[in-house]
Amino acid sequence: MSVATRTKSFSRSRRRGRILNEIFLWFVLFIFFIPVLWIILTSVRIRSEINAFPPVWIPSGFSFDSYKILFGMPTPEGAFGLGGSIPVGDYARNSIVISLVSTLFALVLGTAAGFVFARFKFRYKNGTFLAMMLFRAIPGIALSLPLFILYARLGLSDTVPGMILIYVALNIPFTAWLMDGFFRAIPEELEDAARIDGCSHWGAFVRVDLPLALPGAAAAGIFAFLTSWNEFALASIITRTPASRTFPPALFEFTGQFVSDWRGMTAMSVLMLIPAVIFVAIVQRQLMEGLTSGATKG
Amino acid sequence: MTTRPLAQEAVASRRRWRISLSERHLPFILLLPSVIIMLLVIGFPMLYSLYLSLTSYTLTTAQNYDFIGLKNYATLLFDDPLFWASFGRTVLFITLAVNIEFLLGLGIAHLIARAIRGQSVARTLIMMPMMFAPILVGFQFKWFFNAQVGLVNNILYAITGEPHFIPWLIDKPLGFISILIAEIWMSTPFMVVILEAGILSLPQEPFEAAEVDGASGWQKFRHLTLPMLLPFIYTAMAIRSLDIARAYDVVQIMTGGGPANRTELIWTYVNRLAFTGQQFAVGAAMSYITVIFSWIFTWWFFYNVIKSRWAGGQS
Repeated sequence: MSVATRTKSFSRSRRRGRILNEIFLWFVLFIFFIPVLWIILTSVRIRSEINAFPPVWIPSGFSFDSYKILFGMPTPEGAFGLGGSIPVGDYARNSIVISLVSTLFALVLGTAAGFVFARFKFRYKNGTFLAMMLFRAIPGIALSLPLFILYARLGLSDTVPGMILIYVALNIPFTAWLMDGFFRAIPEELEDAARIDGCSHWGAFVRVDLPLALPGAAAAGIFAFLTSWNEFALASIITRTPASRTFPPALFEFTGQFVSDWRGMTAMSVLMLIPAVIFVAIVQRQLMEGLTSGATKG
Repeated sequence: MTTRPLAQEAVASRRRWRISLSERHLPFILLLPSVIIMLLVIGFPMLYSLYLSLTSYTLTTAQNYDFIGLKNYATLLFDDPLFWASFGRTVLFITLAVNIEFLLGLGIAHLIARAIRGQSVARTLIMMPMMFAPILVGFQFKWFFNAQVGLVNNILYAITGEPHFIPWLIDKPLGFISILIAEIWMSTPFMVVILEAGILSLPQEPFEAAEVDGASGWQKFRHLTLPMLLPFIYTAMAIRSLDIARAYDVVQIMTGGGPANRTELIWTYVNRLAFTGQQFAVGAAMSYITVIFSWIFTWWFFYNVIKSRWAGGQS
């Protein structure tokens, strides 16, 4: 009897806890989401309502002029106050090509390296692994000055291949580390079985390990893509013209010494976010799957 | 009669030899391209930077400079109060940021893991800041904290009914708090993702057993969740340590280390020396100090990762 009442009150307090949990969660998420919302909202606001004082909370209407200007379509208001005619098409092309190609190369090379770290034993293995991570930890700002001088001598500054090379180098270590974990999570007996059936080391890798590590590769791919897509310290130094300039340094073109054109900047920011959101949405499930599959265990 | 076994022997030994050769060399062949690219793009420039940091190179003396040994380092370490101020501020900044991000991340990961529905929506929403370029985070928070038209002062206006013009980015403690808030907004989601992955992978049996024994929520958290999450906490910290300098973009845009060096971190100080002041050699020396700073963090975390992974650890 007393047990029954206890469970009853227990479950009631538990249900109340669940509801509180829910309310609290969405409140926190809302706080975190305000900046995102504000960026999107500003990009479609009417010009006079941005930075108005007193602030206008509820827009009286929406305007897609900022996007039209970005894409070079005629609008009644004409160009932005700053950053007149920005070659958005060139920036988009550079950003997409550089991020996708460097992610692809980093995934291939990093997966190979991760496989080596997970499955082979050789001297200096720990040393090589640690050295890779230390290379990755070098801040972009520390690398930017010597790389700027070196690239100028090699004729690689302001080129798309030059930027791809940088991001491949930056993304290999982390990819290798994640993939190492994913390969480790695959039981070695599976590979042994494949080898007994006559597969070579290489064959076992291609037929057994690689397919099983694919969710992991998706997770590694997200991180590599976002790093390349959003990197600023090096891109701002190496890329100078629309020939290789990517989105992050291009945001500067909306700023002057004292004022910024927020309409143009937020519109371009939204353009910048769209591919990232799509990419993450596509591989989000694999990301969680990959991260839970034991790869991240120390 | 003797020739056939000999021939077979030869073929067999050659095959064995070839297999052992390829087996032995495969790791190096697979690692070679990565190593070459990293040495070319990171190793070589860093060596050059090391050399530069030992000279008196500036933009104007590019043709004519001397080797001066460790003088640049000595100047920074012993004669430059700005260096130690920015160094101390960076340590404080990183310590506060990582700890607050960890606590917030753990809290939000728990809330999401316990949510009845909408988990994937919640996860997608919380991941949004991860997709923001740090430089974009810098621009937007600079705008939000603007004294005249910023969102933060506007919200205060809406709540209190009186206009506020708080100079968030200029005032001494507020400037530091503002860049800290931006950094926390940017990096907490990452903690949430890793820690939630950890919480989802926890086995259920120990919790059921604890429930039968009448353990409280706090006891379960303290004695079950936290110890079992440790590997994930290590991972999150290790990844953060690799990217610790991401804060540079944010702070550079928001305040540029100013005003009057009030928000100067070691990374913005590199920028001030090397690119604004065009003292390339001193900037290179300062760069190396930031590199060593990052390496201490990274080495420590990865040393622990390697220890548990290769010294007979699980998985």
